[in-house]
Amino acid sequence: MTPNEAPFRDEELLAAVVADLIGDVRHVAVGNASPIPATAALLARTRGNGRPYVSLLGSPKHTFFTDGGRELFDCAGQGRIDVFFLSGGEIDGEGNVNLVSVGDYEKPIARFPGSFGSSYLYFVVPKVILFRTEHSKRTLVPKVSFISAPGGSADNVRRTGGPIALITNRCLFSFDRTRRRFRLESVHPGHTLDEVIANTGFAFEQPPIVPITPVPSAETLRLMREVVAPELAEVYPQFAAKVFAVRKSA
Amino acid sequence: MPVIARSLDDALAPIVDGCVLAIPRESTGVAMAATRALIRRGVKRLKLVALPTTSLQADLLVGAGCVESIETSAVSLGEFGPAPRFTAAILKGAIRMKDATCPALHAAFQASEKGVPFMPLRGLIGSDVLKHRADWKVMDNPFDENDPIVLLPAIKPDVTLFHAPMADRNGNVWIGRQRELVTMAHASERTVVTVENLYDGDLLADRTLAAGTLPGFYVEQVAVVERGGWPLPLPEHYAWDGEHLAEYARLATTEDGFKKYLDKYVYERQAA
Repeated sequence: MTPNEAPFRDEELLAAVVADLIGDVRHVAVGNASPIPATAALLARTRGNGRPYVSLLGSPKHTFFTDGGRELFDCAGQGRIDVFFLSGGEIDGEGNVNLVSVGDYEKPIARFPGSFGSSYLYFVVPKVILFRTEHSKRTLVPKVSFISAPGGSADNVRRTGGPIALITNRCLFSFDRTRRRFRLESVHPGHTLDEVIANTGFAFEQPPIVPITPVPSAETLRLMREVVAPELAEVYPQFAAKVFAVRKSA
Repeated sequence: MPVIARSLDDALAPIVDGCVLAIPRESTGVAMAATRALIRRGVKRLKLVALPTTSLQADLLVGAGCVESIETSAVSLGEFGPAPRFTAAILKGAIRMKDATCPALHAAFQASEKGVPFMPLRGLIGSDVLKHRADWKVMDNPFDENDPIVLLPAIKPDVTLFHAPMADRNGNVWIGRQRELVTMAHASERTVVTVENLYDGDLLADRTLAAGTLPGFYVEQVAVVERGGWPLPLPEHYAWDGEHLAEYARLATTEDGFKKYLDKYVYERQAA
């Protein structure tokens, strides 16, 4: 650590990386139970002086929708959502996501909640960022048991969206849609390439020298802690209290 | 014309064994008191359709042996973890699951709402969700070339059941911003609603309230049940009862624990 680098938490590093992946867009939507993507989306909005629009599902205050649950999907179908986040019980090297079950579908050995909107949003949201904080051979597998949402599609299938990256607690991968493969972009500080290889169930591309994920700048940390955290506490009180020591205002 | 039912049990009469019952996601207004009453009555073989996801309501009904099948895109207790009785039932093969994806359910309800047989939807092609749904079809877009698209048959439930803030004596129900409750009622043969309280006057006569009102025309039964959504939230009225949901998640991990939960909170028997 150089003298101008402040200490930071893992969640802050991941949120800063995701905020950079979001880029300059108009509308970011974040699903339920996604505090780190929500932090990143609010950080992007703070940096952009109110742009992009951020829709945090499950928070009436942070969604503008007035046409029921379908409005999010109608918005996405028209190309009005630029970025979305997906996780998965299993994710494989072709970017396939499994949110349903492990083993034979008719006689599963493990069952997850279900596909939610993934089987649709993965096709129509241009930048889908995959997010999995447990980076292990159990979660990043050679082939998923059940495809809730496929990483790629046949040429004649209309598809404007798909995965652009996979971020884990250990590293950042980008996704090459043409080759349908992940490429290791950087390894987070405190983690190693050997560790990433040992804990990943699929093969991936890697540059000759793998960079270390850049740490969040002092300004990024300040924005997250002073501006984003109090807003986040409205939606994710437990997360905001744990990571930013911010309590929901009465 | 709908009437304000004399009792919750009277209002639930349209929900008969074997019916297709539509229920909403937990953040819009779930009729939990009604769900407990259905379990007490011993309702059987329900074919649940949850728009588009479900939590405690389906888990309770499944655990109590009231469910034959569920069509939805996810069942979980959210931040309180997996839905334990649902998960156990799937692993045992005790219920039939029709896995869907959220917008497919929204679209299929809209098909019913419009009285058309199906609705097309993007996405899905190449997924195992589609592969396991023999009732969903892929056709070529007739207005273009080489453009396969999925067709979803209309979902027409026998009954929709939800909980809302208020209704008037004409059976008009104020649902506010929770517009999917309107879609569900439009799509269903019958709609049963529990409400926190009665509104004195005509909801349709007030221009502001009318925009968020489901007309009594679509409503079969209304019952007044204060805190009828507990322990789930009712938007702008009350939040989740987190302590209770954590207790449920803990107890329902085992069949014995689930029975204890039913005894205490559903049958309301005194501990022996």
